[in-house]
Amino acid sequence: MIYLDYNATTPTDKRVVEAMIPFYTEQFGNPSSLYTAGQEAKRAVDQARKKVADLIHASEKEIIFTSGGTESDNLVLRGVARAQKKKGNHIIISSIEHHAVLNTAKALENEGYSVTYLLVNENGQVDPQDLKRAIRPETILVSIMHANNESGVMEPIRELAVIAHERGVLFHTDAVQTVGKLPIDVADLGVDFLSASAHKFYGPKGIGFLYAKKGVRFTPQVVGGSHEGGKRAGTENVPAIVGLGVAVEIAATEQKEEMIRGRKLRDDFEEALLSAIPEVRIVSRGVERLYNTSLVLVKYVEGESMLLYLDFEGIAVSTGSACSSSSLEPSHVLLSCGYPEEAAHGSIRFSLGKFTTSYHLKKVLIVFPPIVEKLRKMSPLRDVYSYPPQAD
Amino acid sequence: MYSEKVCEHFRNPRNVGNIENADGVGKVGNPTCGDVMVMYLKIDDDVITDAKFETFGCAAAIATSSMSTELIIGKTVDEALRITNKTVAEALDGLPPIKMHCSVLAEDAIKAAIDDYRSKVKSPMAKATK
Repeated sequence: MIYLDYNATTPTDKRVVEAMIPFYTEQFGNPSSLYTAGQEAKRAVDQARKKVADLIHASEKEIIFTSGGTESDNLVLRGVARAQKKKGNHIIISSIEHHAVLNTAKALENEGYSVTYLLVNENGQVDPQDLKRAIRPETILVSIMHANNESGVMEPIRELAVIAHERGVLFHTDAVQTVGKLPIDVADLGVDFLSASAHKFYGPKGIGFLYAKKGVRFTPQVVGGSHEGGKRAGTENVPAIVGLGVAVEIAATEQKEEMIRGRKLRDDFEEALLSAIPEVRIVSRGVERLYNTSLVLVKYVEGESMLLYLDFEGIAVSTGSACSSSSLEPSHVLLSCGYPEEAAHGSIRFSLGKFTTSYHLKKVLIVFPPIVEKLRKMSPLRDVYSYPPQAD
Repeated sequence: MYSEKVCEHFRNPRNVGNIENADGVGKVGNPTCGDVMVMYLKIDDDVITDAKFETFGCAAAIATSSMSTELIIGKTVDEALRITNKTVAEALDGLPPIKMHCSVLAEDAIKAAIDDYRSKVKSPMAKATK
C-alpha cells in the first residue's frame, strides 16, 4: 500500500511499540499504588510528561494526558464554559475547526451558550480584525486551530491570541495537526490551551494531551480519583503514555530533517500534478501551509470515485466529498473558503509522512491522471462551475 | 462497504457515453448534491434498443447508472417503467443504506428519459424538428 493519509493517522513507530509492550506485561502496575511496581509505573508516566512538556516548552504540571485530540478539545470547551459561566456565555471558534471543536461548540450552544463562528478569507485564514470585532464583554474563550487538517493552512495563532488576551479572553488552539510535525513553543504562540494527539505523529491511538497554562480555570469533565492533578480522573493509560513519550522524543530529534525532506517531496509532487492533469487546483497553494499536506480539487469528478480508483491501485488518500462521509455533507472547510459545493465534492487530500518516498509519489503521478480522465469521460459536467480566485 | 458487484460495475461501467439524436434524455440530480445522472435512450417501437449514461458521482451512483442501462436495454418502455430503485439495488447485491438515494436517482433517470421520449412522441412537431 502507498499510504498518503498521514493527516488521518500514522503507523506507530516500532520504537514506540517496543517501549510500550513491557508496560502491558511485567510492568503493569497502577501509578496510584504505593508499592514498587506502582511507583515504577508512576515514574514512567512522569518521564513521559517531562518529554511532552519539553517538546512544547511547557512545565510538567501544565500537561494533562487525555484519550486524544477530541477529548482535549471537549475538556477545554466544556471545562472553560462551565468554570467561567458567571463571567459570560460567549465562545468564538472558526468555521473551519475540526468536528471535535465544531460539534462541542454546537453542543454548548444547545445548552444555552452563545457561539460565534468566524469565517475565513479566501486563503482559508481567520482575519484577526474579525476576531477583534467578535469579542464581547461576555466572551470567555476563543478556539482556533493551529493548522487545518484538510488544507494544511496555518492560522495566525500568535496574532489571534494577543487580541483575545487584550480583552481578557482565554485562547485555545487545536494543534493536533502540528504537534510532532512542527516545533511548538506555547509561550511563543501565546496560547492558554493546546490540544494534541499521539497517533498523528507515529504514537499510539487513544492517547493525547491538553496543555493548560498554569493558573487557568476550567472544570474537569471526567470526575473520579485525583489523577492528572484532579483535572482528568481515571487510571492512567500507562503503556500509551509511555508510547506518547517516545513518539515525542523521536519527533524532537527527527522533525527538523523531515520538515525539509517532506516539503520538497510535497512541492515537487504538486508541481508535477498540476502539469499532469488539466483543470485542477491546489487549495491555498500560495499560503503558509503544513509541509506535508496537499488538498487537490479536480473539476467535474467526484471525490469518492477518485479515492476508490486510487485504492484499487493500492493508494490510500482521503476526500472532502459528501459521498464518503456518513453525514452526506461536503467538506465544511472548503465551503467556508468560498468553494462551491460541486468543487468540494471533487476534493482529494494527499498527506505525506516520514515513510513517503519520491517513488510513491511518482506512482501516484502515473496512475492518477488516467483515473481522472476515465471519470471525466463518464461525467456530464463541463464548464459548470469555477473556483474563487487565489494567489498561487 | 460495497458489494463485489457494485465494485465490478464501478470499475467497468457498461454503456458509458451519450447517444446522438437520442429518443429520450433524462437528466436528474444536482452537482451541488454530488450526483448528476444523464440517461440517453434509443427507442424503436416502444422497445429500448440502446441506453447510455453519463454520471458525476460516487461509486454507488456510477454502479447504479451502469446497472440500470443493462436492466432496461431490450425492455419495452412500460417494462422499463416498472423498474424501481429496489430492483437496481438488488441487481447489484445491495447498497449500503446511506447510498440508497443513488438507486433512487437511477430510477428517476430512467423515468425522466422515458417521459422525455413520450413528450416527443405526443408532439409530432417536436419529433419532426428533432
